[in-house]
Amino acid sequence: MSETCRLPTGGLIDRAQQLQFTFDGRSYVGRGGDTLASALLANGVRLVGRSFKYHRPRGHYTANSSEPNALVELNAGAAREPNAKATTVELRDGLVARSQNRWPSLRFDVMAASSWAAPLLTAGFYYKTFMWPASFWERVYEPLIRRAAGLGRLSGGADEDAYERRHAHCDILVIGAGPAGLAAALDAGRAGVRVILADEDFRFGGQLLSGAAAVDGQLAPDWIAGVEAELRNLPNVTLAARTAVFGMYDGGVFGALQNPSAEGDPTVYWKILAKRAILTAGALERGVVFNGNDRPGVMLASAARAYVRRFAVRPGERAVVFTATDDGWRSAAALADAGVDVAAVVDPREQIAGGVQLDGDTRAVLGAVIETTHGRTCLRGVSVARRDGGRERIECDVLAVSGGWSPNLALTCHLGGAPTWNETLHAFAPGALPPILIAAGAAAGAMTTHAALTDGLRAARQALDGLGRPAAATDPPVATPAETAGHMPFWRVASAGSRAFVDLQHDVTASDIDQAVREGFHAVEHVKRYTTLGMATEQGRTSAVNGLAVLAEARGRPMAEIGVPRHRPPYAPVPIGALAAENRADAFRPRRLPPSHHWAEAQGAVFMEAGLWMRAQYFPRPGETHWRQSVDREVETVRTGVGFCDVSTLGKIDVCGSDAGAFLERLYINGWRKLAVGKARYGLMLREDGFAFDDGTTSRLRPDHYFMTTTTANAGAVFQHMKYAHQCLWPELDVQLASATDQWAQFALAGPRSREVLARLVSADVSSDAFPFMAAAEMSVLGVPGRVFRISFSGELAYEVAVPARFGEALVRALMEAGRDFGICPYGTEALGVMRIEKGHAAGPEIDGHATAQDLGLGRMMSTKKDYIGRRMAERALLQSERRPRLIGLTSLTPDAGLQAGAHLTALTTEGGNDDLGYVTSAAYSPTLGRHIGLGFLANAQARLGARLRAADPVRGRETLVEVCSAVFVDPDGERARA
Amino acid sequence: MLIPCPYCGQRLASEFAYMGDARLTKRPDYSDTDDLWTDYVYLRDNAAGPHRELWYHGFGCGAWLVVERDTVSHDIISAAPASTRP
Repeated sequence: MSETCRLPTGGLIDRAQQLQFTFDGRSYVGRGGDTLASALLANGVRLVGRSFKYHRPRGHYTANSSEPNALVELNAGAAREPNAKATTVELRDGLVARSQNRWPSLRFDVMAASSWAAPLLTAGFYYKTFMWPASFWERVYEPLIRRAAGLGRLSGGADEDAYERRHAHCDILVIGAGPAGLAAALDAGRAGVRVILADEDFRFGGQLLSGAAAVDGQLAPDWIAGVEAELRNLPNVTLAARTAVFGMYDGGVFGALQNPSAEGDPTVYWKILAKRAILTAGALERGVVFNGNDRPGVMLASAARAYVRRFAVRPGERAVVFTATDDGWRSAAALADAGVDVAAVVDPREQIAGGVQLDGDTRAVLGAVIETTHGRTCLRGVSVARRDGGRERIECDVLAVSGGWSPNLALTCHLGGAPTWNETLHAFAPGALPPILIAAGAAAGAMTTHAALTDGLRAARQALDGLGRPAAATDPPVATPAETAGHMPFWRVASAGSRAFVDLQHDVTASDIDQAVREGFHAVEHVKRYTTLGMATEQGRTSAVNGLAVLAEARGRPMAEIGVPRHRPPYAPVPIGALAAENRADAFRPRRLPPSHHWAEAQGAVFMEAGLWMRAQYFPRPGETHWRQSVDREVETVRTGVGFCDVSTLGKIDVCGSDAGAFLERLYINGWRKLAVGKARYGLMLREDGFAFDDGTTSRLRPDHYFMTTTTANAGAVFQHMKYAHQCLWPELDVQLASATDQWAQFALAGPRSREVLARLVSADVSSDAFPFMAAAEMSVLGVPGRVFRISFSGELAYEVAVPARFGEALVRALMEAGRDFGICPYGTEALGVMRIEKGHAAGPEIDGHATAQDLGLGRMMSTKKDYIGRRMAERALLQSERRPRLIGLTSLTPDAGLQAGAHLTALTTEGGNDDLGYVTSAAYSPTLGRHIGLGFLANAQARLGARLRAADPVRGRETLVEVCSAVFVDPDGERARA
Repeated sequence: MLIPCPYCGQRLASEFAYMGDARLTKRPDYSDTDDLWTDYVYLRDNAAGPHRELWYHGFGCGAWLVVERDTVSHDIISAAPASTRP
């Protein structure tokens, strides 16, 4: 038999739509419009979980996102999602759900034994019970606690769900589509402004969906449908169901999470930019603290009402209603209407003002409370205590509890607002609001349907007024019959025993809070952390106010003085995957490909990532089995013949204007004004604190046009730095800057035969006389306007040849063709690195933010004739000390043993104390020298030339004997480059 | 947080890079004292309230802006190009 508890008629479900689902391996049937919780209840499944600490049996407590108990695992495999609230999960065909935090089964959980160990698990048990011996913590206590406590389990697999991130803009964001939200959105929509109406539920209406009220003479669901239809037809209104607005941030930015409406659709993380926002998030019902108030079958009165009215489900056969509010009586009436036998309505109030409708058959027990509940895995009955001392037991299988209603004000606090205690509502109400936020409806304390509708309209008008827009002439909707919001402040049954829970999800009892106060934790934020009250996934929505009341009582202070713990985003759980959205795996960051990439790929190049760039690391040839063979060959080919390398990744910046030279003078440590047109020069920039920032060559192509190159890694940072220097420091200079990195394909053409190859590509005279070392010129390359620079990173006769990026691949092919007679080969970043180490050129590992120009051996470049960024601080006395580690070369004396970048340099014999003399920054095997070499920084470097040291790398367990030498290993006089 | 770029309009703060106190635009002369230079390079006030600071619209127009921002309320009071001196 299925759906034994489904009512024969009514409800907002699609009875024609049968949905199969499983819970703990058993198959059930639900209907369209069900939540997982309502479908389980329809099938009589009332036990759905075990509690966090004590493994007590738990059932559905709410019918919305406040749910503390009914947490389940959805799906299987990698897509397993823990801690889903069954009360918010929209039922789908084929849904697979499992209970969690129980073993071996939900009905029989051996961990429930921990109930008798409860005295060990009271407030602050983390801090007290497991303190000794310390060695037990990791091996015994923590694994034990992790197994016993805790909620669902992660799959451990990669998240396969689809996520997207989107932006939306609107004039008015309406948060919550209950009566107030619908009224506000309707008026704002009619006024013609851009409106987004968001609600976390998959159906609009809020409390109207389970109320008996009629609006403007229509049944509530019909009125909702009418409003929704009108809003849907307005092009300026966006309706966002399944969308939880989880955070309010500066500048009118709201975060929202939209769950998919169909299988396979993405979960969307919205960033909504709103000029005004209306918070109509309603109010949250809370329970009452009494013994056994957590037993399956105990639920909020509003939840019981929602199950019968909205979902056509009977939550039990025989009900008792325990209410301190008029609204609880309306829930009792709803249960009775649905054919549930309402055995009694128990109300602590002696008298109730008019407005509460008593069904003729319903027995009212006034001035009474529920003292305890009976049963094991389900409710069997309750004990009622009357003020006159009388006691009785009433059999029932559902207890609907209404302790009161609290405005749902979390979002009003995200920018620092503090709620204030309201003596009329007996609840915390929104305090000072951010200027663009308006609270309305029950969220602002308008606790009846009619008041909420009216207040929603008021809020829309206030928002429109703030935007300077006229209001639409919407007639105030009228809700009937009139409702009352009478209640008495009531939190805790005085005789509450040891199983009187405040926070159901974290198993925090009233006595835990009493104990925290006895132990000296008085401030609300301290009590929260010490007891973990309100720190579970529902953030204390059903428990926080009761907890504060217990605290206020224990401290003998009024609620207003106690205050509330700070609400912070997110209001609703947000999967990390949603925040990351599309920024994962290959799309985590963009991938930049240099112009020769596809050609290099076809050549079988091995690639490496350099920042965002994919760069060819080396080009293996058939027969080469080890990367060193390829790299050694590439180096030898360049040093003896000719090779080329794609250096398009270098940052390229055009610096134009009549003050371009003067501007460069202030950026670089060396002089630029006298650089002749047609010449290139190496330059070094410092940060303002005097340490090296970046280097590269800059050429003067025309009197007022310089062309700068930067390192690949710093291309963006240098461009930003130059804009800073121009706009913030020297705006009076006539300079224009443009990044040209992506516009030019640039190749280093290097080796003794490079001139002969170049001559085949250009028509201009490139003889050494016509185009000497450090020459730079715009010239036709392959018949297109290009640029040629005679600069050398490898130390060989070399050029850098640039053509517009779209001709890059053509240039590669032309180089291969023109160089065939000379045995040309492409070389990658490895060979590039080997050759620059052989030449002692500083690169990223040396320009590491700790090195000055002097440290790099470039002190003589520092001009004394001008001010430049970093000069003043670079001249500080301590930076001149010879004891500062300076750049040196290192040769390995250990046969066949390379150096390790990161190794530290120490003396061969330790004379005690700190003998760390410096460190290795770059290392390579030099095929030119046939030795392992490296670069590093060494204190008293000049005095130690020729000395033998240890290069110790304890992290990798290696040690090498090295000799200190000049950093320039190959061609120290630079004759080859000038050839 | 939104920053009203004078060239691009209201833009999310994630398009900008933060640099700090706008006093950085007042770079000392080479001949100024060590104290003044140390203050300029290393020392910053930690203002609670209105604060003039530099922001770079890197994922936008590339302009450096002087933004006046209340560090308590996060309200943006004004934004102007750093290159136009008051």
